[in-house]
Amino acid sequence: MLVLLGVLVVVVGFATRRNPLLVVGVTGVATGLLGGLSPQKVLAAFGTGFASSRAVTIFAITLPVIGLLERYGLQEQARRLITRFAGLTAGRFLALYLLLRQITAALGLNGVFGHAQTVRPLAAPMAEGAAERRHGPLTEKAREKVRSFAASADNVGFFFGEDVFLAVGSILLITGFVNTTYHTHLEPLRLALWAIPTALCALAVHGCRLLRLDRTLEHAKPDLAGAAK
Amino acid sequence: MIKAEWFFWLVGSLFLAMAAQMLADRTNPRRVGTAAFWGLLGAGFVYSTWVVDKTAPAEPLGAAVLVMVCLAGFGLTGRGTARTVTPEQREASARRHGSRLFVPALTIPVVALICAVGVKKLHVGGEPVLQKGSETVLGLGIGSVVALAVGMVMLRERRPSTPLHAGRSMLESMGWAMLLPQLLATLGAIFSVAGVGEQVRRITTTVLPDGSAFLGVVAYCCGMFLFTVVMGNAFAAFPVLTAAVGWPVLVEQHHGNAPAVLAVGMLAGFCGTLVTPMAANYNFVPAALLELKDPYGPIKAQMPTAFILLGCNIAIMSVFAV
Repeated sequence: MLVLLGVLVVVVGFATRRNPLLVVGVTGVATGLLGGLSPQKVLAAFGTGFASSRAVTIFAITLPVIGLLERYGLQEQARRLITRFAGLTAGRFLALYLLLRQITAALGLNGVFGHAQTVRPLAAPMAEGAAERRHGPLTEKAREKVRSFAASADNVGFFFGEDVFLAVGSILLITGFVNTTYHTHLEPLRLALWAIPTALCALAVHGCRLLRLDRTLEHAKPDLAGAAK
Repeated sequence: MIKAEWFFWLVGSLFLAMAAQMLADRTNPRRVGTAAFWGLLGAGFVYSTWVVDKTAPAEPLGAAVLVMVCLAGFGLTGRGTARTVTPEQREASARRHGSRLFVPALTIPVVALICAVGVKKLHVGGEPVLQKGSETVLGLGIGSVVALAVGMVMLRERRPSTPLHAGRSMLESMGWAMLLPQLLATLGAIFSVAGVGEQVRRITTTVLPDGSAFLGVVAYCCGMFLFTVVMGNAFAAFPVLTAAVGWPVLVEQHHGNAPAVLAVGMLAGFCGTLVTPMAANYNFVPAALLELKDPYGPIKAQMPTAFILLGCNIAIMSVFAV
């Protein structure tokens, strides 16, 4: 039972808003020691864990070129370009982004879109540009909201698209774990097919919420006409 | 053969070069701690190559990771003032360069696409051109290098320090959030070695009443959700909850359709990823990248979707799978 203290440390760490890095570090060391690992084994676990998970940090490689282009006005240009498409509101644009992200992820093209390479330099400024054209200058709160929804469109599209693809990590994790633990044989194809109903739900639910963003922004707009009276 | 390790080395040297810049940056009140954090991260990226192929001990790297945790966790890192251009200058530059600016930016996704679809199948001398299983990493890496070259030539930018500095200020704003996802992968491994899954299984089997398939579905889906929130990662929650509920209760006891149960169970976990601050790479890193005042902004935008989809997953599993 003692090893479950680790879970408790995480929950308490969260509740008291400690730095997550410290919380996870302390939890890992404590759980490892309580679970009977020697201090040396715990250190080795941290080392191998870091080494084998470097792929999640690879997006840092895109930052220099994105930073360079932004210095030369990439975000401003993205904002200007979007205003040429009259029918494209912030909500519709982000719903389109969600659809594209989901389709590409379902085809196994995970690296095509992402927070560093497409959301920050393109999708977020475009959504802001579209919102500004329709609703005028955005309040600080509205701007944060548009940007947060841009990030959410990427996440939802990615999470609920990727499992439709056969060779993605999570499908291979399921078959790998189940086939070795229970000596059975699961086909990745059948798992991928069962990801489709949820993928469609995700598109419908988050798509609708993105489309409703336009209405929220309309209501949040400072009432200029009222102030003039 | 083009290997993923080459790009890990490139990222490592990028971090080391930035660490050198940070050390010299007098506008950062905690420049030594910041430089130490990113320097260790960069060195760790390179040293990891030998840890992965087991020619070097993992313990020194583990110690370095814990030092990084302390540096960032106790607030010994900071950020300098970015040397950048004014919004007016950027506006003028956008007008001058126009939509040509999109060319290098779109080079990254286009090259990633070409790597994933075309180059993946190429073989030279019986060996694949791209290392198998690393196509996403390689697509992103090659795309970024090509895009940087295209951008430098197109904008007639000669100083390599310009992109380095511009990228650095983004990294500094992300700070500790960069390390968290890699740390969580470690936590998952430690939890499974220490037997956390077995304990959770014992508790759920005593709590769960026999006979109700629907309650089993709710326990599995909500368990995946909650454990993902705690662990920051559905992959770490999956073996724990599948061994506890998914397989013994839903598949064996209630003769559920195994692929449907497991696929939907994993997706219930993904709903948890949408709402947890632990999933820093999906929630905190974007907030830092988008320069949000509220780091919880993306989580707040995702929260209603996450709960509705958790309900959808429970419904799908109980109707079609069990």
